[in-house]
Amino acid sequence: MRFHFKTDYDQDIRLFKDGVQVFWYGLLAVCLLGLPLVLPEYLVGQMVFILIYCIIGLGLMLLIGFTGQISLGHAAFLAVGAYTEALLQARGVPFAVSLLAAALLSGAAGVLVGLPALRLKGIYLAIATMAFGFIVEEIITRWEHVTGGNSGKQLKQIDFFGVTIDSDARFYYLCLGLTAVILLGLINLMRSPTGRAFVAIRDSEISAQSMGIHLARYKTVAFALSAMLTGVAGALYAHKLQFISPEQFNLLVSIEMATLVFIGGLGSFHGAIFGAAFIIALPQVIVFMKDYLPTAVAQQTGLQPTIFGIILICFLLFEPLGIYGRWVKIRTYFSLFPFYRRGMFRRQKAYMKSDRLK
Amino acid sequence: MAQFLQLALSGIAIGCVYALVALGFVLIYKATETVNFAQGDLMMLGGFFAYTATAVMGWPYWAAIVFALAVMAAYGMLAERIVLRPVLGQAQFTVVMVTIGVGYVMRGVVTMMPGWGTDTYKIVTPFAEKVVNLGGAAISLEQLMIILMTAALCAVLFGFFRFTRIGIAMQAASQNQLAAYYMGIPVARINTLIWGLSAAVATFAGILLAPITFVHANMGFIGLKAFPAAVVGGFGSIPGAIAGGIIIGLVESFAGFYLPEGIKDIAAYIVVLIVLMVKPSGLFGEKLRKKV
Repeated sequence: MRFHFKTDYDQDIRLFKDGVQVFWYGLLAVCLLGLPLVLPEYLVGQMVFILIYCIIGLGLMLLIGFTGQISLGHAAFLAVGAYTEALLQARGVPFAVSLLAAALLSGAAGVLVGLPALRLKGIYLAIATMAFGFIVEEIITRWEHVTGGNSGKQLKQIDFFGVTIDSDARFYYLCLGLTAVILLGLINLMRSPTGRAFVAIRDSEISAQSMGIHLARYKTVAFALSAMLTGVAGALYAHKLQFISPEQFNLLVSIEMATLVFIGGLGSFHGAIFGAAFIIALPQVIVFMKDYLPTAVAQQTGLQPTIFGIILICFLLFEPLGIYGRWVKIRTYFSLFPFYRRGMFRRQKAYMKSDRLK
Repeated sequence: MAQFLQLALSGIAIGCVYALVALGFVLIYKATETVNFAQGDLMMLGGFFAYTATAVMGWPYWAAIVFALAVMAAYGMLAERIVLRPVLGQAQFTVVMVTIGVGYVMRGVVTMMPGWGTDTYKIVTPFAEKVVNLGGAAISLEQLMIILMTAALCAVLFGFFRFTRIGIAMQAASQNQLAAYYMGIPVARINTLIWGLSAAVATFAGILLAPITFVHANMGFIGLKAFPAAVVGGFGSIPGAIAGGIIIGLVESFAGFYLPEGIKDIAAYIVVLIVLMVKPSGLFGEKLRKKV
């Protein structure tokens, strides 16, 4: 068992609690850096997808997990990022600039959606963002001379300061670098007054307001940041696929992103990363499983949504803290070894905040 | 004029389907304050049961409707009891995610069922392909029947909520659960019944929709258009859901004819965004103010 004796206020906001954490995260970093040398090309490609989904997950976690604002239209921001990148690259704009532009434009779209969000809560917000997602998808389909409509748009390889990103390994390092920078930025954000304000809004809008938090400003900032990160992910996603078309950004993608956050575990950045790995790994595992199933079942197209749905329901019913919650429980079991008790993480009686007038 | 009438009637007809799905949302929202994202999929499953009853078992149309309604009501109650009761009282969006999961499973399982699969099916109705001449406009009898049957269902529901013991208990539970509970109303059981009722209403919508769009596994996505309907009417108001559905149907129908191509598909969402910005409580929504 480890104890943290607090002798200094700085300890509360330190990035790593102790040397053990530094060691494990350092080891993780070394492993991630060495991964492309060991893994086959195909799996490196899948790792790239996981990293891109990590960025999406981090953005959405900031919004859903930390600020408590629901979005079912995040695929629209992904689309804005992807199409901005595609259009700017076709004009010969360097990658660093176009990535920034994609982020800023998505952020601007986020502000646009954030505006109605100031007045809306819960399910109304979900419906408003969903409507926004539908509208963006339709605009992309219809605005043919810019977006190419249903025939889609091709992208070239990234030219990153003179280095052509022509292999999955190079793309992997680019995504890894970006994910690390974003993650560090977000961890720092959550330690700052802005981050604290987000959490306060999530826990109770009324008490946050009473503490002098400007609800409208912080909600807009949360939406903008979340949309920016999703836009960055969109730009990378477009390059990874090298071809984008409107149906890659439909409602099902938005829902998939939201489930990522819930399955990973609300309210932790670990959760976003676990969730991303889960969302990418699940179809691969199902394909792998098909060899062992009777052909009558294995040939079905409905297998994947069914399994996905069942896993989602099971997580919500039995492990509301998601994969990260499960991981914390396992870790606690071993670190406390003989003293772990089942009631330790028992769900506190939670009551839904009713909108009804009493 | 004839064309206008035709557009209006087809708009009202499709609007009635949206209205019925929205009614399902509203029933569940009023009872549990959560939104059932699987409502469209309940409609789809109901459509499949009705198809099986008519085409495979060879039952007459009306018997098939009764059969599908009964099966789906039981299914709705079962779903509530098994997956939704355990998360009742959790944060609103957790419950929404559960219903999204239920929707995924339903869609997946339907495509895996032998005899259902990913194909498109037709329910044979007794009034198929007949046309009525109304003031110079050719109105298909199917559309007219959708409107009439929706009106009939609304009358039945009105009577149910107004005059039966269970209906009044449902109203009480939806207004104030705690007070209803103190009055001896078994609120949990009422919730189960409401899920059954909501599934049956969705099934009815599916059966009405079947002659227009046919029955297929992705039919449930039309339920997404019912969200705008419910919001426009004011979430939580039953007459509002009906009015909202018809408004959305009309807007879509006219937008499809008078406005450029592509607007039709998103007209409903543009309307809902405007309503949410201007009057988030909807047309019939009650004005609620929260006290600290």
